[in-house]
Parts: sequence; C-alpha cells; structure tokens
Amino acid sequence: MPNFSTNEFKPGLKVMLDGEPCSILENEFVKPGKGQAFNRVKLRNLKSGRVWERTFKSGDTLEGADVMDVDLEYSYTDGEFWHFMDPSTYEQYGADRDAVGDAEKWLKEQERYEITLYNGSPLAVTPPNFIELEITETDPGLKGDTAQGGSKPATLSTGAVVRVPLFITEGEVIRVDTRTGEYVSRASKG
Amino acid sequence: MSDWRPSAPLVNLNERAVLLAQLRAFFSDRAVLEVETPVLSQATVPDPGIEVFPVHAAGSEATPRYLQTSPEFAMKRLLAAGAGDIYQISKAFRQGEAGRHHNPEFTLLEWYRVGWDHAALMREVAELLSAVLGSKGWQVWPYRALFIELLDIDPMADGDSSAVPESWLSVARTRLGDVPQDLDRDAFLDLLMSHCIEPTLEGWGVVFVTDFPPSQAALARKTRVAGHTVAARFECYVQGRELANGYWEQSDALSLAEQLEADNVRRKYRQLPERPIDQRLLAAHEQGLPECAGVALGVDRLLALKLGVDSLAEVISFAWPVA
Repeated sequence: MPNFSTNEFKPGLKVMLDGEPCSILENEFVKPGKGQAFNRVKLRNLKSGRVWERTFKSGDTLEGADVMDVDLEYSYTDGEFWHFMDPSTYEQYGADRDAVGDAEKWLKEQERYEITLYNGSPLAVTPPNFIELEITETDPGLKGDTAQGGSKPATLSTGAVVRVPLFITEGEVIRVDTRTGEYVSRASKG
Repeated sequence: MSDWRPSAPLVNLNERAVLLAQLRAFFSDRAVLEVETPVLSQATVPDPGIEVFPVHAAGSEATPRYLQTSPEFAMKRLLAAGAGDIYQISKAFRQGEAGRHHNPEFTLLEWYRVGWDHAALMREVAELLSAVLGSKGWQVWPYRALFIELLDIDPMADGDSSAVPESWLSVARTRLGDVPQDLDRDAFLDLLMSHCIEPTLEGWGVVFVTDFPPSQAALARKTRVAGHTVAARFECYVQGRELANGYWEQSDALSLAEQLEADNVRRKYRQLPERPIDQRLLAAHEQGLPECAGVALGVDRLLALKLGVDSLAEVISFAWPVA
C-alpha cells in the first residue's frame, strides 16, 4: 500500500496505525508562529471502533490500509460465521462475531449489507439505514386505538425487538431505521 | 457542478474592506509610510520551519523565483536605504500550511519602527488591537515564566543540551498521549507551546509572550534578562489565537549571515532543500540597518477574531480548497 503524508490525511482515508486499520475522522494543522508544524489527527480504529487522537509532525507518513467497502448479500449463518455473497461473482465471505457485531439483529437473507474488507476479510458489517422485516410476535392491538399514539413491543423475524404502534399486528411487514432501532412505517406494498 | 461560490459570506468581505481601510488610517495617522515590495524574489528565507513556493519562469531565467513568505527582506532593504517607518499589507505564501487557522496564501500586515525596541512595538500592536477589536489592556509573559506557570517546566534549564528532558516528555504524554518521536528540543517546545499552552490562553484576552529561548531567535537580537540569554522577540495571542510575531531586529550583518547559514545547515540536516542566501539583504545590512523593531500580523486571523468566526475560510473570498 502507498504511504500518505499528513497533508494528504482527509476524512475517510484508511491508514495503518500501531498495526491496526484506522479511518481518519479529522485532521487539524497546528503551528506555532515560528518553528515546527504538527497535525492533530482523530482516527477511528476500524477493529475496535474506538477513536484515537494522535499528534504527528507535519510531513510524517502512515502506510495506507488495505480496506475497502463492498455491498454483499447475506446468505446464512453456521453459528460461527455469517456468510455473505458477492451477487455478481458469487464469491463468498465469512464474517465472524466481532465483524458482525450489532448488525446481527438486522440480518435478513438476500438483503444487501455494506461489508468493510480488511486484507480481503470482513472487518465490519453495516446494515442499510432502513430495512423491512416481518413481525413474528406481538400482543394483539386494540381496535379503534390508532389515534392514541401508544406503543408495544414486537419481535421481528431476525430476533430484533422494536416498539410499534398498537394497531400493528403479527404477520405484518414493517420498515425500521437500523441506526436507531425505531419503527418507521408499515412496509410499502408490492 | 463545480463549487464556484465564495467561501466567505459577502457581508464578511464587506467587513474585510472596512478593516483594510481602518488599518491604513491607523498608520496614516501615525505617519508610517505604506510601501509595496516584490512578491516574487530571487532569494528566500532558509528558515527550516517555512516552505516556500518556487516559481519557474519560462526561458530567460535558469533559477526559480520564490513567492514571498513575508515581505521582511525587501522591507529591510528599504529600511537600510533610509525609508524610515514603513508598513505593508501584502499577500504571503507558505506551502503546506492549510487548515482552519491557516491558508497557504494569506494576507500579512508587516511594519517597522525605526529607533524602537520590541517593548515599544508591543504597545503599538496592543493599540492597534484596541482600535480594531475593542480589546482593553494586555498581558506580557516571558516565555520561561509562562512554561513554569502553566506546565511546571523550565524551558531554559540545561540550556546547552540538545536532548529533551524526561520531565518534558512526561508532561506531554500526560496531556497528549503519544507524542511524535525524534523531536529536537526546540520542536518539543513548539509541541508544548502549540498543544498545551496556546489552548490555555483562550480566556486571557491579549497576551504577549516574549523573551524566547535564544535558539528560537530567528532574526531577533539576543539580550540578557535575569541571568538568561533570551531572544528579543514577541508573539501576540488573542483569545489563544496566534496573531503576530515581532522582533527587535538583529542589525549586525555578521550575525545575520551566520543565522542564515545555520538555518541552511538545519535544512540540510532535515533533508530539506537549501535556499539561496539573500546577498542583497546582507549587503544592505553591511551598509547598515537602522536600529528598529518589526512585526508581522495575520490580517485574515485579525478579521476572523473581529467577526468572531472560527475558520479563515469565512473571511477569505476563495479559501485554498476552492481557490
């Protein structure tokens, strides 16, 4: 991978720091009136998700990280790995529990997910912002209560539990915001 | 579609015109002469902390010319020629200095007062800030006292050693986490100044830091203060923002030549290209630079402070990314 100098550090650039792949979040140029210039850099460790803050001498370099984001289709899990497929090449990728993380509760077969590959292996799984899932279990709603704005828990086909309005019933498909875990609407028909 | 619009709101550009008029009136009232000097010169500064833009002219000239990093050398030649008190508002250029508070092309106000020392010039800077920003009063902090007060570090201790004392490393690590390796003593002081001290000055109003370590003299003269040799230099901070850099000027030609050569040696050591020494500046110094003090002040930063904005892009018509 090429090396990148501090003046090439831009948000989103993927670099190696202390042997870990990181994504640059912020890069601030700092210089006293005379003398040595520095770059104060915020990076997200792509493995742990932690944010690191580091100071570099201006002109210092970091090696680029072999990290790229690809869209893959979720296939199945064998309990140890969650398998994704590139729909154009049929190539398979197995993501471990660390890589899948919180995305597990939004995994639906044939749905597309953004997979971050590091040296060719899945490092992180990001679900689409909105996903449509079937309700497998919820208490019966009360008729005529649609205007009250009350809510109740509902279990989805993936195992996720979200709060839905009282008029929503078992078997219905709803649209959920995966970033907040909140009900958005009934799924669009057809 | 291309991003063609100005980076600064038009109302701020209006304020910029007001500020420029105000600065010119300030100096006109004090009988300081406005001058213009070349932006492209055959020589440039060898200061290892500054990277110049070389410009290659087609054909006639074999060597590049350099966009000025400040008008200092040309203005000193005017001083040696007997111009008296002079000021200039001009563009200056420094490669790689891009960020929220830096633009590689920026506007500099530089002025010289004949017969003054840096203490007298600090007072005039404070008066200018009072006129522009409405600031009241100012503080003067010797560099050493500031480090002792805020970091409990004596920057002048073991002055002969080039090694970074362990106590400095531990202060930096406590406050910043990991710090860059292979910093020399002055670069380490720069790290502490820019990362640990400057942010603290935010609530202090107008602050002059003076009496710098002699290794950071640049082209300032050296004097003895309280048993230490110090550089007769000041940096002016407003709300923690570095705004101006002033000197009681080194007028001795021999010392100047030594300083410029030493800068080139430091460039070589850091594997930076050496710079042609300005022989015309040296000749002017041999003829005799009058006793004087000079200061350079960032006009874009001054305007940002006046308008209370946190980014130079908001006061520059087309900031670096869209220039």
